[in-house]
Amino acid sequence: MTRGDASMCLAVPMKVAQVEGNVATLESDGVRARARLDALGEPVVVGDYLLVHAGFAIRKLDPADAQETLKLLDEMLTAGDED
Amino acid sequence: MKTDQESLRDPRLAQALAGALHRAAPRRPVRIVHVCGTHEITISAHGLRHLLPDKVTVLEGPGCPVCVTSTVELDQAVRLATQGVAVCTFGDMMRVPGTELTLDQARSQGAPVHTVLSAADAVELARRSPGQEVVFFAVGFETTAPGTAAVLVDDPPDNFSVLCSHKLIPPAVEYLLDMPGTELDGLLAPGHVSTVIGAKAYVDLVRRHQVPVVVGGFEPLDVLYALVLLVRQMADGEAKVENAYPRAVAWEGNGQAQELMRRAFHVCDASWRGIGEIPASGLSLRTELSQWDAAMKYEIQGEQGQEVAPGCRCADVLVARAVPADCPLFGVGCTPLSPVGPCMVGAEGACAVWYRHGERPVV
Ligand code: SF4
Repeated sequence: MTRGDASMCLAVPMKVAQVEGNVATLESDGVRARARLDALGEPVVVGDYLLVHAGFAIRKLDPADAQETLKLLDEMLTAGDED
Repeated sequence: MKTDQESLRDPRLAQALAGALHRAAPRRPVRIVHVCGTHEITISAHGLRHLLPDKVTVLEGPGCPVCVTSTVELDQAVRLATQGVAVCTFGDMMRVPGTELTLDQARSQGAPVHTVLSAADAVELARRSPGQEVVFFAVGFETTAPGTAAVLVDDPPDNFSVLCSHKLIPPAVEYLLDMPGTELDGLLAPGHVSTVIGAKAYVDLVRRHQVPVVVGGFEPLDVLYALVLLVRQMADGEAKVENAYPRAVAWEGNGQAQELMRRAFHVCDASWRGIGEIPASGLSLRTELSQWDAAMKYEIQGEQGQEVAPGCRCADVLVARAVPADCPLFGVGCTPLSPVGPCMVGAEGACAVWYRHGERPVV
């Protein structure tokens, strides 16, 4: 899937490399981008992952949460077998 | 070790979820709508429709902001640009057909049209060029509106204004549910719009229409998981909001983004291309901010656009009454390089996604 185009909708989680005031410099696969933090409402530090839409961060992500999702799926599938 | 993304694309788990989907699906045919171009990309690119039980149909509704921006709004932007106002907008909007011109064509005729990645870039341009009027043509749903709101409440320069065409997802979904001929049994709700508005934003809609709503993420397993929850609700005769994307969506959503939107906008009726006017489905600037409202600042009222090109079935595609391949022009007269309708333009438009991923009607 190509997500390289600058579509306003596609969002990829990016890692914070630097924070200056309400602007963060982000990195993902060697691509650098900047995002404003005004719409986030939580503090951001270097190393955080952000979900960014149209240049504004809208959510802080915890990479460990992907494992949570997998756990949910697992539970669903195991429970499904007992149905 | 697998990356998280690889894990969320694991084919073995996808098969297992497809199995769960087959076991859980009700016997009657059901139609599920999603309203997000990114969902369509996941579904098409990973061939998820081929994993669905025969009786389960998944369709894209009005989920691409580029596709639903009305011609009137687009013509207003083109008119401003041809009058010498610097118009800034997202790259996706450049090739959307207006009544006469696209913004791209206006630019090739010398009009000052700029693509930007963010509302903040447009403000930046206005700051750098004090003698130049700059308009940010603001399109998009609840994911992009907080950014526009943030620059508006941050005291932008006098030569900056916003042509506001932001639209809201829940009212559009509700309109779709009421519309004759759509016959929808459930909503796969858009992940990142819900990051902003929260899963709670669908509660009223569920109460009024008694349809299941599940918020879903964008990896293949996210989508399949959400679909299993949807068909389970259908089979059990339930209708409630479930969040299948808790890693990015909280029940309450993003309070700060919601607050910015409240400070900058009020809700208004809005016109959706191919659909028409939907009550309380758009955002316009609050009166306190009218000095930055392009609709107040310039004479651009009264534009009359031609909504959809002859032969184009976007109007049906946008309300999930047709799939792109139903259109006689799909891939023949209409391709991403020479789009006839807006659904073929945006990277997220249903027709463009189907064209790129070779989707055939599995419906
Ligand atoms: S294929 Fe082209 S003409 Fe047909 S509905 Fe899609 S955008 Fe419109």
